[in-house]
Amino acid sequence: MISYELIGISVLWLFLYGYLIVASIDFGSGFFAFYARLTKQDHLINRLISRYLSPVWEITNVFLVFFFVGIVGFFPDTAYYYGSALLVPGSIAIILLAIRGSFYAFENYGSKDNIVYLFLYGASGLLIPASLSVALTLSEGGFIIANGESVNLDYMALFTSPLSWMIVILAIVSVLFISGTFLAFYASRAEDAPALRLMRKFALFWSTPTIIAALTAFIYLSQHNERHYQNMMDLWWLLALSVSFFMLAMWLLYKGRRYGLAFISVMLQFFCAFFAYGIGHYPYILDPYISIQSGATHESMGVALVAAFIGGLCLLIPSIILVFKLFLFNVDYVKGKK
Amino acid sequence: MSLLYTYDPVIFSRLLTSLTLAFHIIFATIGVGVPLYIGLAEWIGIRKKDFHYILLARRWARGYVITVAVGVVTGTAIGLQLSLLWPSFMQVAGHSIALPLFMETFAFFFEAIFLGIYIYTWDRFKNAKVHLLLLIPVVIGSGASALFITIVNAFMNYPVGFTYENGLITDVNPIHAMLSPAMPSKVAHVLDSAYLTCGLVLAAIAAFALLKGQHNTYHRKALKFTMVCSFVFMIATAIIGDLSGKYLALYQPEKLAATEWHFETSTHAPLILGGVLQEDHTVKYALEIPYGLSILAFSNPAAEVVGLDQFPEEHWAPLWVHYIFDMKMGLVAMLVLITFTFIVELARKRGNIYRRWLLALVVAAAPIAMLTIEHGWIFSEVGRQPWILRGIMKTAEGATRSDHVDLMLVLFFLLYLILGVSAARVLMRMFKRNKVEDELALYKQ
Repeated sequence: MISYELIGISVLWLFLYGYLIVASIDFGSGFFAFYARLTKQDHLINRLISRYLSPVWEITNVFLVFFFVGIVGFFPDTAYYYGSALLVPGSIAIILLAIRGSFYAFENYGSKDNIVYLFLYGASGLLIPASLSVALTLSEGGFIIANGESVNLDYMALFTSPLSWMIVILAIVSVLFISGTFLAFYASRAEDAPALRLMRKFALFWSTPTIIAALTAFIYLSQHNERHYQNMMDLWWLLALSVSFFMLAMWLLYKGRRYGLAFISVMLQFFCAFFAYGIGHYPYILDPYISIQSGATHESMGVALVAAFIGGLCLLIPSIILVFKLFLFNVDYVKGKK
Repeated sequence: MSLLYTYDPVIFSRLLTSLTLAFHIIFATIGVGVPLYIGLAEWIGIRKKDFHYILLARRWARGYVITVAVGVVTGTAIGLQLSLLWPSFMQVAGHSIALPLFMETFAFFFEAIFLGIYIYTWDRFKNAKVHLLLLIPVVIGSGASALFITIVNAFMNYPVGFTYENGLITDVNPIHAMLSPAMPSKVAHVLDSAYLTCGLVLAAIAAFALLKGQHNTYHRKALKFTMVCSFVFMIATAIIGDLSGKYLALYQPEKLAATEWHFETSTHAPLILGGVLQEDHTVKYALEIPYGLSILAFSNPAAEVVGLDQFPEEHWAPLWVHYIFDMKMGLVAMLVLITFTFIVELARKRGNIYRRWLLALVVAAAPIAMLTIEHGWIFSEVGRQPWILRGIMKTAEGATRSDHVDLMLVLFFLLYLILGVSAARVLMRMFKRNKVEDELALYKQ
């Protein structure tokens, strides 16, 4: 019988992965939209981006809310440690998310073509992953000063750590890579050749920094947290799978065919890496303060949360399938006929 | 400067939380209430084959998206701020009240999905009713998220469903924790006042257009429809308000006593309206209604009402909640007067609901209703001070001890200022560019 806290963390990790994918598409597209405007190529891709994003931007946001409410529910100690330590980066992330979300709506449903909105939208898309990735860095341990009453972030340690900078860089470049691949796929479905050419170029361009940043971060991790690194090495086959999916995606993008499969490969590439990272982290949620067993909520609450989760999924999965059918896989909609 | 300014994270955490909530509830209220009106209007429009109502639904929905955006981002903010500003509280809450918090995100998820579909599928289905059906999950989702989040708040007012010993929580019963005695009256009050306020906000838009001389059937229908709905919710509010008073008397007597400056436990307790509190706890310049408090609390003029003397002074709520409560009741009285006058004019054979003064009153009712909501929440939240979890955890113990909360307060203040101004500008521009007349003409072609 698998324990409820293990179910809890697996589900939450899965949701965090979901957020990683949908948010990357969102954040990256903001940057591409802004960049395209600067280089006067915006007529090529902006309509494509807004057609995909408009119906789903709110859903993207919920993935994040879901994750942080879930983790506090399953592991209340996380509220205490992460909550205390992340006040500043967390608040900055909220402010950026707020500016981005609302100004997206203002621009899209309200007044169009405001370059200031577009700049805020594009810039925040890169800063948000950077500020959110601080939480991941923190989980490795060594960045928190806890003394009796208070928990504070050790900014000196954070800003001088090569690992934390590498994680930031990795977050940003993977956002651009994931987003580029997805938009290339979306453009190919829309049979929009100029947009496809541009997005394929972006996807190919950002693939190299992504894999380099991933490997570098891995090396720094070995210096920072030996245990985590060793655990991940034991999962070498997952990492190997991840690299193979990356190669497959590169091959398809380079050859310029089967963009759908290319995007799925990218998703699987990140899935394998993300889970190798997560499983290697076990049993700690925050090294060494919170472990999965010690930090879990009471059994009755844990069981209730799992039950609520199953009930909620029964509602959500059909709804999300409906969204996909109506917007993502409806060729007429994608092409702009509906 | 340094003499006046001392950094106290508790004060700043409280200020920042109040700021976020005060801003968020404006948009949250609209988020809960307006879908109901959009749905009703579209339903009437389909049933009567009346394009005016369909257009009402469309235009409301368009504006609604903008307010939802602000509601979503400020809601995300308060969700995260709970852990950032109140880490110790959330640690306890995670053990005891995580279930409704978690369910709230599901409701929010559900609403977000279907709102996206609804907005982007006008004219996409051959059968108009299919599109209308998409709104049902939005209404249910927004209502359910209000329900669940109010359950959490009810728990903070009257925690049940666990045993608390030596700072540790044991024997948690998640379902029981959701069913706090404070829950029924709170949930009913929150939902009903959201529907009432949104009715009045939408009525004010129509009344404003009529005042500016845009006399067409579209605005007339909108005004009548929203005001009749508001009237119904107004009556419901009266009943629920009475229940809330009785709840307080039974379960949170110290809050009622602080509100009514009822210092000594007594039978035949009078109700105090207005007045100024003196240093020695006597009240000057107040209007006293004999037996009023006993009737309010137990529907019995001879009933005994618990006074503040039963509680140690360090557990008293700040006594200025009385002023907040009286102001709130004053605002409620104005709303009652406006809605009733309107309905009387509507029902009277010779009545005329388009008189300028009446339209002006309807316009004024919207900000008054929003203010009432703000006052209601300030009263409810300050009234349970000094507790964050009544009887268990003091607010000061729940707050963060981190540095820089003051700086965050400034940043968030600027954020809300920018969001508020931009949202208002975008909304105004949106409706200035798309005039009702043009859209109606488009339809008639």
